[in-house]
Amino acid sequence: MEYIVIIIGAVFVNNIVLAQFLGICPYLGVSARVSTAIGMSGAVMFVMTLATLVTFLIYNYILTPFEITYLQTISYILVVASLVQMVEIILKKVSPALFQALGIFLPLIVTNCAILGVTILAVREDYGFHLLEGVVFAIGHALGFALTIILFAGIREHLDLVDVPKGMRGAPAALVVAGILALAFMGFANLV
Amino acid sequence: MGQLQNFSKGFVKDNPVFVLLLGLCPALGVTTSAYNGLGMGLATTFVLLSSNIVVSLIKGFIPSKVRIPSFIVVIASFVTITELVMEAFLPALYDSLGLFIPLIVVNCLVMGRAEAFASKNNTLSSIVDGLGMGLGFAFALTLLGGVREILGAGEIFGLSLFAGDGMLVFVLAPGAFIGLGYLVALNNIVKKKLY
Repeated sequence: MEYIVIIIGAVFVNNIVLAQFLGICPYLGVSARVSTAIGMSGAVMFVMTLATLVTFLIYNYILTPFEITYLQTISYILVVASLVQMVEIILKKVSPALFQALGIFLPLIVTNCAILGVTILAVREDYGFHLLEGVVFAIGHALGFALTIILFAGIREHLDLVDVPKGMRGAPAALVVAGILALAFMGFANLV
Repeated sequence: MGQLQNFSKGFVKDNPVFVLLLGLCPALGVTTSAYNGLGMGLATTFVLLSSNIVVSLIKGFIPSKVRIPSFIVVIASFVTITELVMEAFLPALYDSLGLFIPLIVVNCLVMGRAEAFASKNNTLSSIVDGLGMGLGFAFALTLLGGVREILGAGEIFGLSLFAGDGMLVFVLAPGAFIGLGYLVALNNIVKKKLY
């Protein structure tokens, strides 16, 4: 039950893109087509879950006992960067098909603030998560990212066919659409 | 390109937020007021300027294969400095910016300037570029924060402008997207008039 609450909270109430403004760059950058949006969501889900697992252990078993939590930012970004590199190498060997699908999105993920943001949020003291809860929290946020970016890509595909005023074409129109989506997601506020 | 042009390109022509669409997470996340926007903008300017200086100084020693991780470590060090200084001297701002301070590390603007400019140019040009781009970023965030604060709360930098409540939606998440959308459109028009 607790895990379901965490997932619903992460997907709908505190949606990572529309409520917490993390991962906006890929949200606007790779959402022109639904197929690329799905690929990006898969890569984010993969890396976010793994990164949270690893950084959670590092924070609780290395940084906290040695009282060097001020190194959190540096150590986390290095973990995320090397993890992405490692995942890329392993995928290439083990599952070339999956590598084909996710390959081009993996390098982009290093500078995806959604990953670093969720790994930092997962160890916040006021949540007090244990390991499994932290991982579920990451999966929930990744699902929320997938839901919003795929929805958004679907809308943008149609937006190409619409006659938008000249000054609003491209980025401005996409941002206003994102605003309206955020408005819709506000309906989920206080759900859990 | 003269240094003046190098400096001024960050404001309208190549504004990091309105034109390049870089660093949008903090641009949307912290701009509930003009003061927060300005604080975030100046913190990013400090990190950008410092990392540009260091990267332009060490560019000769770093093998190109490991340059990206090295840049990340340089940037992360300056972000940690910013974080600690802000927590000590500006605790209120530190609390309202929250998660977005450590996330300056993954602000594509900082990394982008290190890779695209500082690693190819001399230190003086890199300083000018870092200042121009950083202040352009601060300008954009303050503008967006100001628009959201005026429309959403009826005040600017905490000074009340008119009586009554504003449109609450502009302080909440949707207002950030919609406000930025219209500012990007406006910037496109201004840019077309100027250049």
